[in-house]
Formats: sequence, C-alpha cells, structure tokens
Amino acid sequence: MDDTATPAGGTRWTGNKWVGRPMSRLEDAALLTGRGRYTGDIDVPGTLEAVFVRSTVASGEILGIDTTAALDRPGVQAVVTATDLAATPGLTALLEREGFVTTTMPLLATDGVRYAGEPVAVVLASDRARAEDGAESVVVEIAEKPAVISIDQVREGGAGAVHEEAPDNILLDSTLFSDDLDSVLESSHLVVTKRVDTGRVVALPMEGRSAHAHWDGDRLTLHTSTQVPHMVRSAVAEQMGLMENQVRVVAPDVGGGFGQKCVVAREEVIVAVLARMLDRPVRWVEDRGENIVASFAGHEQVHEMTAGFTAEGVLTALSTDVWCDVGAYSAYPFTCAVEPLMAAGELPGPYRVPRYAARGVAVTTNKSPTAPYRGVSRPQITLAVERLLDEAAARLGIDRAEIRRRNLIRPEDFPYTGANLVTYDAGTYGESLEMCLAELGYDRWPERQERARAEGRLLGLGFVCFSERTGYGTPVFAGRGMAVTPGFDTAVVAMDPTGGVTVTTGVSAHGQGHATTFAQIVADRLGVEPSQVRVIEGDTDAVPFGWGTFGSRSIVIGGSAAHRAAGRLAEKLARLAAHRLEAAPADIVLENGSAHVRGTPARSVSLAAIAHDAHIAVQHLPEDEEPGLEARDSYDPPGTFSNATHGAIVEIDPGTGGVSIERYVVVEDCGVVINPLIVDGQVHGGVAQGIACALYEGLDFDEEGQCRTATLMDYLMPTAMEIPDFELHHLETPSEHSSTGAKGMGEGGTIGAPACVVSAVADAVAHLGIPVDRIPVTPQYLALAIGAATDNPDPGEQT
Amino acid sequence: MRTDSETLNVEFTVNGEARRVSIPPRRTLADVLREDLGLTGTHLGCEHGVCGACTVIVDGEPVRACLMFGVQAAGCEIETVEGLALPDGSLNDLQRSFSEHHGLQCGFCTPGMLMLGTAYVRRAVAADRESVREVVSSNLCRCTGYQGIVDAVCELVCHPDGTGAGEDPAGDS
Amino acid sequence: MKPAAFTYHRAESVEHAVSLLGELGEDAKVIAGGQSLVALMNMRLARPSALVDVSGVRGLHHMVLEPSGELRIGALVTHAAIEDYPLVIPGFEILPKAAALVGHWPIRTRGTFGGSIAHADPTSEWCLVAVLHGARMVIEGPGGSRTLGSEDFFGGPFMTDLGHDELLTEVVLTEPRERSAIREFARRAGDFAIVSAAVAYDIVNGRMSGARVALGGVASVAVRAPAAEAELEGAEATPEVFARASRAAAEDLQPPSDLHGSADYRRRLVRVLTERALADTLAGD
Repeated sequence: MDDTATPAGGTRWTGNKWVGRPMSRLEDAALLTGRGRYTGDIDVPGTLEAVFVRSTVASGEILGIDTTAALDRPGVQAVVTATDLAATPGLTALLEREGFVTTTMPLLATDGVRYAGEPVAVVLASDRARAEDGAESVVVEIAEKPAVISIDQVREGGAGAVHEEAPDNILLDSTLFSDDLDSVLESSHLVVTKRVDTGRVVALPMEGRSAHAHWDGDRLTLHTSTQVPHMVRSAVAEQMGLMENQVRVVAPDVGGGFGQKCVVAREEVIVAVLARMLDRPVRWVEDRGENIVASFAGHEQVHEMTAGFTAEGVLTALSTDVWCDVGAYSAYPFTCAVEPLMAAGELPGPYRVPRYAARGVAVTTNKSPTAPYRGVSRPQITLAVERLLDEAAARLGIDRAEIRRRNLIRPEDFPYTGANLVTYDAGTYGESLEMCLAELGYDRWPERQERARAEGRLLGLGFVCFSERTGYGTPVFAGRGMAVTPGFDTAVVAMDPTGGVTVTTGVSAHGQGHATTFAQIVADRLGVEPSQVRVIEGDTDAVPFGWGTFGSRSIVIGGSAAHRAAGRLAEKLARLAAHRLEAAPADIVLENGSAHVRGTPARSVSLAAIAHDAHIAVQHLPEDEEPGLEARDSYDPPGTFSNATHGAIVEIDPGTGGVSIERYVVVEDCGVVINPLIVDGQVHGGVAQGIACALYEGLDFDEEGQCRTATLMDYLMPTAMEIPDFELHHLETPSEHSSTGAKGMGEGGTIGAPACVVSAVADAVAHLGIPVDRIPVTPQYLALAIGAATDNPDPGEQT
Repeated sequence: MRTDSETLNVEFTVNGEARRVSIPPRRTLADVLREDLGLTGTHLGCEHGVCGACTVIVDGEPVRACLMFGVQAAGCEIETVEGLALPDGSLNDLQRSFSEHHGLQCGFCTPGMLMLGTAYVRRAVAADRESVREVVSSNLCRCTGYQGIVDAVCELVCHPDGTGAGEDPAGDS
Repeated sequence: MKPAAFTYHRAESVEHAVSLLGELGEDAKVIAGGQSLVALMNMRLARPSALVDVSGVRGLHHMVLEPSGELRIGALVTHAAIEDYPLVIPGFEILPKAAALVGHWPIRTRGTFGGSIAHADPTSEWCLVAVLHGARMVIEGPGGSRTLGSEDFFGGPFMTDLGHDELLTEVVLTEPRERSAIREFARRAGDFAIVSAAVAYDIVNGRMSGARVALGGVASVAVRAPAAEAELEGAEATPEVFARASRAAAEDLQPPSDLHGSADYRRRLVRVLTERALADTLAGD
C-alpha cells in the first residue's frame, strides 16, 4: 500500500464515462418494491425474540433481580441476567494516552446501573409482545443514587463517581497543544472570550439497531444493523471465545446509521451469546424508545475559547478547552475520547491560527453513552469558531465576510500545516466563500434587512466556512493512541467467465449508494456498464477484512481500493487481449465491454471471450499468466480535506420565536464527484440533520437523569415542513490523496449547518443584543428574549 | 393476566389478494403484514404513530399500520409497497420518480413514503410544492433532507413551474 | 413496543356497545379511530383489558345543521371528513381550518371527532372548538341518554365525565358565529400545539357581538377567556381592540410550565395567537 494516486503500474486514470454522471442508483429497485431485507425482516423458524429489561433509574446499585414472575408469563422461554453472562469479559475500549481512564461496559449491568435505559436483563419469548409481557414482570431492585447529569456539575466537583476508576468523573483530560499564549494575547488588539454550548442529540436512523443470531453447532451467523461488520465480528469472537472464522457477521440492508451503528453495541453481542447459550436463533429489534433513550448519543459539549485578534481582525492566537459529556460508558472501539480529541485536534478548521493551545476533556455522566455521531465534534468546533469570528467582527467593526477572508487558508498556502499539526491538501476556501456570498446577495443584504426591520420583521443572514477532513487513515488513529486503528480498506475486483464483474470490499453502505458509485468507478476502469458490476459489502464471509463505513471514508479509501484493484484487473485484461490481438498491452483500450487496439476498433475481442478463456479455457492464456481474473488492492490515505461555505437566510417570528429558513445555500468542494445525485443527497440529508441540531433536537434530562424526550413526539426530528429546499453548488479540486480524485463528503452537511443557522439567527437579532451561543436555539428562548429586548407588548402580525 | 390464548380469524385483501389470518387482537396491522403474511416491505420506525414508515393504504386512505390493530382491518382492502410495481414487475411512475430524484437513501422510510405519495397522487389535486411538502411532512426521513422525496412527488402532481397541475396526473383515480 | 393483551369486541350498534362496556367492566375501553389510544397502548401507557370497537357502528357519521343553527356531529366523523367537507357550514367555518391542524393526513383519515373529544387532550383542536362553540356532548349509557356541556364534560387532562359504560355518540356545536378563526403554535408541522387560540363573533350594527375566545395549552382543559371576550363584546373589530383583547386573554392565566413551554412563553403565545386569530377574522373584509 502506498499513498500515491497512481494505480500500481498504470497511468493516471482519465477516461470517465460513468464517473460524474448523476445515474440513478442500482440499489433502488429492490428498496422501492419492498424487497429490501433489513435485519428485522430475517425470519428463521424457531427464532426467539429478545427484549431488554432496562434500568428505570440513572444511577444506583442493583440489590436484586427477581425473574420468577417473568418466567411464568406465557411464551417466555428464558430470562437472562449478568450472572448468566459471567464468562463474557465486557467491552473495553482502549486508548494508549496519558490522561485516559479505561472503563469497561459489561454486556448487562452487573454491580450497578449507570444510566436510565441501561440493560439489566433479557427476556426471550416466542414473540415480541410476549417478551415484553415478561420484561415488565422482571422485578429489579435498585438502591438509587444521586445522578450525575451535566458537565458543569462535574466541574463544580462533589458529584458521586459514575465509575470507581474515575472519582472525578473525568475519563480523559488531554492537553493536545500547549502553548503559553499570554504574551500574544496581551499584545493583541482584541481578545474575545466565549463559551458555546451544544445540545445532546441522537442519530435516529429510521431503522433502529437490530440483530439476529443463529448458532449452528460450531459457527455463528449474526445479521446486524451495523456500519462496521468486521469490528462486530472481532468483538463477538472475543466475547464468546471464538476464532473469527467461526463468526459470520452480515450487515444486510441497513436503515441508516449516522455513526450510531459504527460502534459495537452490547445488545448485538448479547444476541450472539444467547443464540449459542440457548441453541435457538435469537432476534432483537430495538424499538424507538430504546433508540432514543438507551442507544448512543453525541454532540453535547462546552467550548471555552479565548482568541486574540489584530485591529484588522487577523487571528493571533486561540486557546480552547473542550468539555464533552460522553455519558456513562466508553464505546468500543473508538473510546469516549473520540469527541474531545477530534474537537481539540481540529478546531482551527479552515483558518490560519498561528498560535494554538487546546485541551480536550471527556466527562462521564449518568446518561446513555456516546458514539461518533455524524460530523463528530466538527459541527461543534465550526459553531464555536464561527461564533468567535462573528463576535470579533462585530467588536472590531469589520464586515463578517472580510474577517473570514483575512483568516482563511489561502491558495498559495497549500499544502498547509496548521498549528494543530494537521496538513491540509488543496481546497477552495476563499472561492467557496465568495461564491456563496454572491448567491446569497450579500452585498444587498444590509438594505434588505433594514427594510424588513422597519416592517417589524426579523431577517437574518448567516454564512460559515469549514473544512471536512475525510478518509482518516491509520496514522491518524494511531496518533490518537487508539488500540484499534481503522484506517485502510481493501477491495477485490473479479470478472467471472461471462464478463460479469463483482466487487467485494470492506466498506459497508447503509444508504450511501456504494453499489452504484463503486460500480461507476469500476465500470470506467474496465470498460463495462455499471449494471454489469455487482458490489458486495457487509458480509464477513464474502468480503475482505475491512473497517466498514463511517467518518466519510468509503469513497476515499474503499473507492480508491476498488479503483486500484480494477486498474490491476484492467492491466491483466489488456495483456490477455493483447495476446489475442497480437498487439502491445499499452495499445489496448477497454471500452463498451470489449478490448480493441487503439486506433483500430475493428481489431477487438469481447471481454466476455477473454473472461471465458481466463477461466474455462486457460490453455489459450499466455504462458506466464495465472488463471482467473481477480485483483485485490488496499488503500490507506493520510486524509484529505473537503471544504464548503454554507449560507442561509432566516426569518424569526418575533411573536412565537419560530425560525423559518428562507434560503439555504451550499457551495462545497469534495474533489471529483463520482455521482452528483448521490453527493447532493448526502448534502441534503446532512444539512437537514444539522438544522435539526440547531433548532429542534435535544435530549432533555431532569435532575434524576430521566430522559424527558423519550418519544418522537418530544424529541423533535424535523419534518419536510421545517426543512427548506437547498441550493447546491459544487467546486471541484481533485484530491491527491485518493485514486479517483474524490474526497469524502458524508458529514459536511451536518458540520456546517448548525453554525450557519445560528449565525443567521444571531444576525436577525443582533440589533437587539441577544446572544445566540447555545443550541438548540428554541422558539421560547428567542421569543422571550425578543420580548424582553423590545419590551414590545404587541408583536407584529405574521402569517 | 390476559394472554394471547384467544386468536381471531380475520379476512381482508392485500394488494388485491384475499387473505385470512388467525391473530391475537393485540397484533397491529403492521405486524400482521410483516409477521403473519411475510410482507416485510412495510417497516416499523417508531410504533407510536409519528414516523410513518409503516404507512399503508386501507380502503383508499393512507393510514399508520402501527396505529391500527389487524382485527380492525376485517373486510378492508389493504395496499402495501409490494403491490406497487406494474404487472410486469417494472417500477411504476412514482417509484421511478423516487429513483430518478434520489428520493431514497437507506430505503427504510421509503415504503411508507411511497404509500403516502401513492394515496396523494391518486387524489389528483392540483398541487404546488408547498402542499407536497405538507403531505410529505406526515412521514419522517433521516437520510434525504426530504428534497429528493418532495421532488419525486412533485414530478407527478406539480407543474414544472411549481404550481398546481390542475388535472389528473395519475390517471387511475 | 407492543401492547399488553386485551380482548376485542366489535359493537354492532350503540346499544350493543353500551351493553358490551357494561359487561366488560371498568378496564374496557372504546376504540374508534384509535390514533391516540393505540400509540398509548403500544407504549403500554394505556392497557385496557378489552376494546370495544365502535368503528362499524352505523348512524354516527353525520353532520347535520339544525334549523336552530346548531350543528350535530356524529362521533365517528373523521378529521379528514371534516377537512374535506364539500360545503360551507354557516356559523362553523372554523371546522375545516381546525381539522387541517389535527396531526397529519394519515392520522386524520382514521382519527375521529368524537374520539378526540373523549380523549380530552388539553391541546386538542376539537376540545378547543367544543369550548368555543359551547358544545353539548350526547352520551349513551345503560340508563339511556344524557347531555353534558363542555364545562361539565371535561374534567382535566385526558379526563372526562364519561362513565366506563357510556359512549359519546354525538357532539352538538352551538353558538354559530359569522366570523371565526383558529391559530396555534407547534414546533413542527402536525405536532400537538403548545398553545392554541380560537375566536368567534358576530357583527351586529358594525360591532362585535357574542364574542368568544377559547384557549388550549394553558390549563388542564381548553378554557374560555372571559376578559378578552369582554373587551371584544360591543366593540368595533379593529386592530387596537384586538390587541387589547389579546392582552386581556393572557393577563389572568396561570399556564403550566413543562418541557414544551414555560408559563411565560405560553402567556406570550396566548397574546400573539389570539391577536393573530382575531386579525384573521378580518381577512375576508
């Protein structure tokens, strides 16, 4: 594996017939006709339904569990508690880093419970309703303890310990960059200090988590709704004391993940353990209440920043303390350090920060654990830095766009290595900003806003710039000290005797359309139609070892691996064709399912004929060629940066505080776009999720640690009426760190949107002096603040 | 405490085919379709009537199959996503429009969106983009940001300029 | 998320439903559209031992305008049927507007007017309309029929005077008004409102008469706002009067504070929404 963009032994690839086309997805037909197959659809005769008995209190000591009544309920076959799982060691996520406290997540709560919703027992019955009957009959006696529920509570001290190993409830306290900034700040024209708070949110894939396990005597088959089949296989094998070749993990159709399924859930491991223990197939389908309350959450952070600026608004120094509420456990394998390390490591984003100091802290609380939710800290650092710049601009009397122009990484800076020791490859930071401003009509904005204010209307315009590091390779994870470093990935491209192509790869889609984009990449390399290319993912028996899909890695890493493997296969096809056509391999062109001699299309042979010989009649092959048509390659990049500017115009109803989004403009650069339809779809969905974080969604807990937003009636995932139409524009700076020139882009929408919406909301009420430094921004907050600021008893009529 | 010892025989049609099931009263229509009839195209996303992933058409109207018990469907005509494709198996106009406009990603909300959209398209009302958004807002999608879904439905019911079509776009109402 | 077990009984008539409810005892419940009940049952927040399904009962699907001007609405009329009702019902023009605010379309196709009233959610549009229009609830029980005004019918959040063996069969809306409007605020389309406001009045000799203001989301049940009504009564329909009345509507309220809105916020919404609803009544002028 090397990091060059040139496929082994070949020339840089230029012939794009399919790449770049907005082709409809090959996976759609099945999903549109009800033939999708999700984990919950798997029906093996004799399957037992598992239902978890979950703690009703956030913190406490388990005094006893009485399963007698549950076992008497009709249909209940078994009730399992931690005692029955004593042979399993529990999930321990490791980080070799000073300041990290290792904790273990047992499969079922043993000594105590650490959040309301933590699994305490499992009931197995012939159907789900009867299993629920059993679950409500399990009596769990818990001596309740006061709950630890917030970062501020932990910082004040005196809270009880969530884990004995961490009496102060700090699971990581890491100074990533230390620098004495005092003298720089003292000599700065302006020093801004700012605190930004971001709410706890849950990824909420429309299909919750789910698992179905079947033990056949010496081998386990586990279907599970996961983004990371091989990670699940490793965890399950370890917990069950099996070789990994005794475990087959399959991610069938997966109904979204957004990070919630990129860690290993204790429930999916338990289902596997129980299938062997009971020698019956076992299925668990998470319900929505569990998905909100008991699965993995994310994004709850406090940022405390100090920044220096020159009179011209140029950043002189920036220091930040990032506090992350990681909840009750460290999720395997990423650990609870993923948010603080990402935030402190990448906070400067697209801006040149000459001096930088950063500390990341993971605070454990009696709330459900966290996983890397789409964007992973970058929505929060973007919000934090953009709020900082808006405030500095206002205080210095500098235009908001101008202060960004003066601090963005410039074209001549690339490759740019920042004070955070991250190297940025080329992007279009300034260009995307200017394009977005032009689209928004920024130069005419002040008049429009003034006119609106004169009519009693509150209009705001916001825009934010950000970088999106994608395709994290092994060195990044190793640099963090992670014991598991999910950097590389692998693809195998094979042509069968009929000329059909099969791609197997370790990445694992859950809506991203790999079956189409990978087919486009490979089709171009081999000169075939994408419809002839079948992409297989997610089955550990069928695909090479790989790390799955998360962190905007698939097109960069898996796509490059497929591109390179297809390149190798193309070379072999060219050699075999050259042999038959009596030409030089370098003169062979693969196109339209055939190989022909460059400049002489009539001298051609079909790929199917070559493929036939390569398998069925190998006596026709050149002497030095092996039988078969299969190539394999891996890829492990240093990471590549997409970038974007988001802009929005919003209107706040001064009476209700409701925010409506009039326009939402995205100018983004993710390098070479493989499929514009799919790229746009990723942006749409990502922005919608970011708008949700900005204005609607937030897990709310009472003082006892009870989640008060446990249904979709209270946890406000936005509908089509809250989400606007999006206007997208693309710039294209090909990446040097992927074989196709593509950069990852799965998270960008979510990264930019919270900051963008907040910037626009803040602009709308800037003249009233209302701070907007906390998300979600609620109508109640805005309406009451507007009321207090205007002392206006008669809010204007709105429709 | 009550159990499921008693089951009731219920008859209805699904996608035009007469079906008879013996089910406990507490089984929702969604579970009857999925568990008793193997029609797993109907998905359960929340089971409390908010997400709409389980939307099916009952006697011509879109309903949440998680908020209706199977026993209540006696004598009803039920339509599910499995019945949408044309007789030769090819995609119908709405399905094709969803694919062309990338109105689906993970596909989990898709059957519900399609059934909602099917019922809406049949009403043959002159629609504009805003009213399509209002209808689509009945169901939740986490992947698409709704844009592709709204585009897909609009394709069938809105004029290209975004105003109402004014005539029967489906031709089957 | 599956309901606890129950027995299922299909009622053929109102009398049959009442007799089934009597036989099945206090833990039995009526199901019509089920759009609130089944969600609660799935979460096991409601766990009736038996369901009496009245959805097949004939004679409860009517909307009849009496010569007196009152409107009789059968309990099984769906929200969608009211929303799509092809005729204007004089004096009750608020009905389709309110219906369109009930949940989402697939909820409105099954959910019923009577079911919503009997469920007595304090932010329900129909409870608000019932209070606005001085509804009389017609109840059938083992001893025959009785009628209750909304003030006696609604007892609190999700509580009514309905006995376990009684069935709400019809709601009579009274007090028709020439002009009416409804406004509500919810975080998302289709959600239960945080606060809702409905207004209605006649114009007599250029002045408002029979003014009514009803509010949802501010107390355990939908309530009238007498101070606001007093401001409107006999006054001209002007923005100044509307503003005064809206302030009066908010003044004496002690709304609850919860996850969805503080008391202060609810008071603000009352003022804002009442004023906007009143302004809507002039939209046709």
